[in-house]
Amino acid sequence: MQRTDGRGTAGFAQRSLWLLLVALAVTMALLIAAPMLRLALTSVFTENGVSFEPWVEAFGRSRHLAALWRSIVLGVAAAALSCLAGVTMAWLVSRTDMPARGFVSMTVVATFVMPPYLGAVAWLLLGGPNAGWINKAWLALGGTSQLLNIYSFEGLIFLVALYLFPFHFVFAKAALDMVSSELEDAATILGASRALTTWRITLPMVLPAIIGGSIVVFLEAITLFGTPALIGIPAGFTVATTQLAQFFEFPPRLEAASAYSMALLALTVALLALQRAWLARRGYTSVSGKGGERRPTPLGPWRWVAFGFCVAIGTLAVFAPLVVLLQAAFSKAWSAGFSIANLTLDNFRYLIFEHRSALQSIWNTLLYSTITACLAVLAALVVAYANARRLAPGAGLLQTLCTLPFAIPGIVLAVAFYATFAPPPFSLYGTGTILVLAFLVRSLPIAVVQAAGSIRSLNPEMEDAARVLGAGRITVLARIVAPLLKTGMIGAWLLVFIGATRELSTAIFLTGPRTKVMSVLMLDLSEEGNFETLAALGCLLLAVACVVVLVGQRVAGRDFMLRRS
Amino acid sequence: MAQADTAFLDLSGVVLRYGQVVAVDGIDLAIRRGEFIALLGPSGCGKTTSLRMIAGFLTPSAGTIRLGERVLSAPGVFVPPEARQMSMIFQSYAIWPHMTVAENVAFGLRLRRMDRAEVERRTARVLQVVRLDALARRLPAELSGGQQQRVALARAIVIEPSVLLLDEPLSNLDASLREEMRHEIRRLHDEFGITSVYVTHDQTEAMATADRIVVMNAGRIEQADTPYALYNRPQTRFVAAFIGRTNLIDGQLEDGVFRAGPLAVPITAVPDGVSATAISVRPHGIRIEPAAGRREPLRWPARLLTRTFLGETWDYQAAIAGLAMPLRISRPSTDMFDIDGDVDLVVAPEAIVAVR
Repeated sequence: MQRTDGRGTAGFAQRSLWLLLVALAVTMALLIAAPMLRLALTSVFTENGVSFEPWVEAFGRSRHLAALWRSIVLGVAAAALSCLAGVTMAWLVSRTDMPARGFVSMTVVATFVMPPYLGAVAWLLLGGPNAGWINKAWLALGGTSQLLNIYSFEGLIFLVALYLFPFHFVFAKAALDMVSSELEDAATILGASRALTTWRITLPMVLPAIIGGSIVVFLEAITLFGTPALIGIPAGFTVATTQLAQFFEFPPRLEAASAYSMALLALTVALLALQRAWLARRGYTSVSGKGGERRPTPLGPWRWVAFGFCVAIGTLAVFAPLVVLLQAAFSKAWSAGFSIANLTLDNFRYLIFEHRSALQSIWNTLLYSTITACLAVLAALVVAYANARRLAPGAGLLQTLCTLPFAIPGIVLAVAFYATFAPPPFSLYGTGTILVLAFLVRSLPIAVVQAAGSIRSLNPEMEDAARVLGAGRITVLARIVAPLLKTGMIGAWLLVFIGATRELSTAIFLTGPRTKVMSVLMLDLSEEGNFETLAALGCLLLAVACVVVLVGQRVAGRDFMLRRS
Repeated sequence: MAQADTAFLDLSGVVLRYGQVVAVDGIDLAIRRGEFIALLGPSGCGKTTSLRMIAGFLTPSAGTIRLGERVLSAPGVFVPPEARQMSMIFQSYAIWPHMTVAENVAFGLRLRRMDRAEVERRTARVLQVVRLDALARRLPAELSGGQQQRVALARAIVIEPSVLLLDEPLSNLDASLREEMRHEIRRLHDEFGITSVYVTHDQTEAMATADRIVVMNAGRIEQADTPYALYNRPQTRFVAAFIGRTNLIDGQLEDGVFRAGPLAVPITAVPDGVSATAISVRPHGIRIEPAAGRREPLRWPARLLTRTFLGETWDYQAAIAGLAMPLRISRPSTDMFDIDGDVDLVVAPEAIVAVR
């Protein structure tokens, strides 16, 4: 191609872009590929040379295998339960005339904002034996024995499903929103009743989304660390993640942990591959309806029953936990109940002025999350743009690499990061850098998917129009692309930020004494049994998250948390 | 033939109101068995709303819809769409993406609890008719737009519906496919004889497919007639202007003579009901002759203003002194006249139609 004009600028832009992409590629390889390779190597290379001893240690005991099996049961049960709640709510909000559908959507957002471990802490207060609010109320009402004990495997399943059902909701709602009423009308006019139409037409069309949601919930459930630690350790059982943590107890057995991680990793990769194959066989997810006109299904008097169902779920997930958390945060003793005498601000004073690491952890959380969000969005933008506009060979490969960490459970990533970056030459253990890098890898997939989605909606002709009028590539990026992508990127930034503030499973093995984050501190406080201080810290975290979500809804649109690209 | 003369699908006084807005404002329409009707009109004229009321997706605010002896919609009566034994082709085709071509087509038959062999036989036959037999096992995602349209057609006719409803079925196809599918739809109608109601805003489509065209405007029926009558005998200004090009000359009709400025034109066929307010003259119904220097009722002195060569025809504009609007005239390419010249415009009596 001959350029007679502006050759210097174009060359400069091209060269800097290439340099940037090469630097990004090297960084990503170092951050994603290297740790996974290291993990695999660590599990077979011991001090005594190549050995399968770590594998024997990891999988040779029935206790370890039982934990793995319990994780699978937990994942299946939680996915089933969350599917029931999430898909039903999605259908009610998307396709019926249930009252207050906006409010129901908002409670789902609120459930998303509540970190699962914080919800679990609230449920320790609600559903704990003897002192728990629900059991106390039950006894006061004349019950003779305890109604429920949250410290149980059933309790764990309930809690995990309760905070993961928004995934099912989001996936199913996005799919339901795409099924135009014409597809249903076509069955109705041929003689199908409403129930039959829902069963034979609507449901099968959203089935891929339901399966996708179930897989995500299953994977999230088996890789969750906080809730199983809070419930399982007192109750005396382990799941895969808490078992993995036990390998890190003194003396740490990194090789065995690496081998054990492989099981989790294999499970994730296998499931995602399965989903891909299944979707490829039934190629219809690509057939999007036009969105088209949709008429709500009238529920008649059932609409209030449906609304009651949604409110009940919202109460379990958000309202009741919020009440007990606020009560505990402002109480001298949470079990003393609601009274003026019990009111105090001491917990906050203690946290902010006396606790040795609380203030530090709050600062750390905000700092690391901000840096992570900026880096992730920037990297995602460059990678996705280069790929979408085919600016450099290999950009597609780079984008794929950036989405791969989706298949790496957070706790496995932590083990791999520990194995890679703790020893020299990096010696990053206990630094903020290792946390930021781990958070970055964790959040890259969502940032890249969001960025790619935004850029796909951008017609390249808009850029060409500017080029034809004489704008260089950099001018086009600054004056056309950036303003058009602004909203989408702010949304992505906020999503990554919220994710990072609550990240627990990656942080747990990587924080040192000076780099503690709020999530880790909360787990520490729960081990000390200091629920009032814990609740106060939780309220601070929620306050930050709420501000971020409100800003996000103002800037990026009301549904930015629930969008699926 | 008694059957053919009575209404099969009958709409009388049908109204649909959305709050204050009246979408359909009192429609009376009698459709014979086996007839192919097109509802034609600009967007927002109420044609799709009327179709959806026939289908049962909308409930009329007033009026009655009858199918044969059966009342489908009337005050206090409403038969839901699934019980009307009709079928419909949608603008988006509404092919279910999770079912194969054969499954899509067999859906309605299965609902009728037909035995498996019969379902297969009928499905295979209809797929042959729409020339999709080779693609029976495909998923809709693997089909082109025209093929998806054929699936929609097959799915709709295989159940042998009482009435086939078509809602702008060709609007998502490109021009050449549209013409092909137009013939396809008419061919299938002729083969199966299904009573059909076809909604479109494209007059060529309506004229090519329908036995009778119902022109709608602002929620009312302007005229229902054969394509030939609609074009040559429009009853209203709207119909005259909407179907093909025309010149509308405003004036008054008195004692069989239409007066507009210097013109006094004898009118033989006077439209019934309200008196005429204009005459419609098609551009190719006007001949141009050298000025003869005299005025006759059907010979109007005029001056040529512009001329445009369109290949097969010349397009002229001519001004008649005393008339506000110039007339448009379409002549064969051999009829060449100089502009700015004085000429006579000569009109045959049958080319002039008085309209409301």
